[in-house]
Amino acid sequence: MSRTDAGVTERPTGAPPAGAGRPGRGLTERLLAVRELSLLLALGALVLVTTLHNDRFLSSQSVKDLLLGCAILVILAVGQTLVIVTRNVDLSVGSILGLVAFATGELFLAAPGTPWPVALVTGVALGAVCGAVNGGLIAVARVPALVITLGTLYAFRGVDYYWAAGQQINAADMPRSFLRLGNQTLLGVPVLFLVALVVVAVAGFYLRSFRSGRELYAIGSEPTAARLSGIPVGRRVFAVFVASGALAGLAGVLYAARFGTLDAAAGTGLELQVVAAAVVGGVAIFGGSGSVYGAALGAVLLTMIGSSLAVLRIDPFWQQAVVGALILAAIGLDRLLALRMAARLRGRSAHGA
Amino acid sequence: MVTLSRLRLGATALTLTALVLGTAACGGTTRDNAGSDSGGNQAGGTANPQAPIKEGLKIAFLPKQVNNPYFTTADNGGKEAVTEVKGEFKEVGPSEASASSQVSYINTLSQQGMDVIVTSANDPNAICGALNQAKAAGAKIVTFDSDTKPECRQIFVNQVTAQGIAENQVKLISEQIGGEGEIAILSATANATNQNAWIELMKEELKKPEYSKIKLVTVAYGNDDDQKSFQEMQGLLQAYPNLKGVISPTTVGVAAAARYLSGSQYKGKVKLTGLGTPNQMREYVKDGTVDAFALWNPADLGYLAAYAGAALASGQITGAEGDKFTAGKLGEFTVGKDGVVVLGPPTVFDKSNIDKFNF
Repeated sequence: MSRTDAGVTERPTGAPPAGAGRPGRGLTERLLAVRELSLLLALGALVLVTTLHNDRFLSSQSVKDLLLGCAILVILAVGQTLVIVTRNVDLSVGSILGLVAFATGELFLAAPGTPWPVALVTGVALGAVCGAVNGGLIAVARVPALVITLGTLYAFRGVDYYWAAGQQINAADMPRSFLRLGNQTLLGVPVLFLVALVVVAVAGFYLRSFRSGRELYAIGSEPTAARLSGIPVGRRVFAVFVASGALAGLAGVLYAARFGTLDAAAGTGLELQVVAAAVVGGVAIFGGSGSVYGAALGAVLLTMIGSSLAVLRIDPFWQQAVVGALILAAIGLDRLLALRMAARLRGRSAHGA
Repeated sequence: MVTLSRLRLGATALTLTALVLGTAACGGTTRDNAGSDSGGNQAGGTANPQAPIKEGLKIAFLPKQVNNPYFTTADNGGKEAVTEVKGEFKEVGPSEASASSQVSYINTLSQQGMDVIVTSANDPNAICGALNQAKAAGAKIVTFDSDTKPECRQIFVNQVTAQGIAENQVKLISEQIGGEGEIAILSATANATNQNAWIELMKEELKKPEYSKIKLVTVAYGNDDDQKSFQEMQGLLQAYPNLKGVISPTTVGVAAAARYLSGSQYKGKVKLTGLGTPNQMREYVKDGTVDAFALWNPADLGYLAAYAGAALASGQITGAEGDKFTAGKLGEFTVGKDGVVVLGPPTVFDKSNIDKFNF
């Protein structure tokens, strides 16, 4: 097999086959294969280009804005990653976010003295309930999550519209302490971003180190095999949707704190950005691979693209097309790297056998 | 009508996409005068300017939807006017601002023998049949905020003209930045008809000698989306270090921009004005982020519509161009082309008066 041979000739002669992939491989090439690093490179390039054009892009105010701007998308992308890894998708997150954001505003209207931690917990709980509806419907109806969550996308938004009845909740209706949460900083880092970091770290640790976390990947790789090997697939998928809903709820509360103006349209269309962030971040849409770190970086990258385009004063008619092109470029790069990686792995295992 | 879309598209429940909302539900509010082209205003009979306002007129308000703070404020203004002319006030309306939801209400009002029906149309065509029947039954029809086709009503009370908005916005920003410096506009979407019409008129306005030291550097588009408006506002401030002020003639944009400024180093240094509701801007006016902004006063709009209806029902006016009538505290108004009465320049809200408004 010529491919195998090519792989062999690349290796340093005399190295034992089993460990061959490790010491000799070009460092940069192996680094590139780590998805998170290629994303960091893309981020760096974007920052460089934009900063060359306008050095204010790296001012402290601007960095703060960037971190603040991506926090909500990062949290949603983490939830989406948990779902996509199991070969499902949750399209209702934008609507859950909108519903919870409005509910948070209503809570402050009904009980003006509510301390913000109570609002936070209530919001997460409401999000989890919405997620449980998704998970329950998927379990009962045995219909692909895409279809169920497409339905609940409209259903949750409909509830939101019915509840809001044209009403708008404004910054003046919410307590200052809560609104401050939305743009306060701790050691120069926005609180919202710190919350997002904690979410990423916890989810990343769970997926990597917990048995049930690993099982999510198994479910996404091959659901039938996972079921046969005794993994409680139904229960895990249900839990994943509850988690995604709860994170969307958290994001909804933070949305309320950040923007201060709420109506029934909050978060409309966000679900596609979230899926895009996860995919750009290297989470395979057919499940079984990807990390929350990648998805989080994808969210940062998408947010930064939006900010750079605004700084570079790209014609608004072109902006969306540019975003789309960048997404395609990111996915193309990912695919290329994945193919090379696969070729290498094949080569190695063939040699070892 | 991008500016108020968020206020009122709320109840258009389960409408499939935001796009539909953005275009359909927004047809009316900031309707440009250019829109009404057919001159079919059937001024039946002749006007008698000396006729006194009749007492005991039954005047009904039918807003786009009830439970909407904007229309609640407008209807309360109408109630005040009806009380002044010693009439009977009534308010009915659907809870959902869908195209046909007003028809049954109009039929009922017509059967109850109302003298005047004052309505804001959810759809320029859908309620025409019902309105014509009501007219045949003797009711006078006044539309406000959102018009029907001109032949379906006698008078349309328009809140403001595009020219009025442009003059007001440029004047406000000029006052706030001290008459000179760079300004930018943060609009809704790049192809929003009314926004673009206003922006064109603002550019014309800026050519006047008194604004010669003000330079409009760019127009950014926040798509009436909080996140996007945030980002565009950030982009403006970074791309134009000398920016002195921003005009955002859309309620979503101005609130998002204010929220961004209030938490940034630019607070108080970069001025912001635009079209917003007092409730959404109250926080930012009080914390010093925003000096003044504008919007028409819905209470005055309802008040004027009620007076127009009373004048019609009393025979003072017929809705023909040139008819004049007096609307209580607001003074004298003249009916323009196609039976349109314009409320006047927008109301300016600042620290001193913002607490008097709740919408």
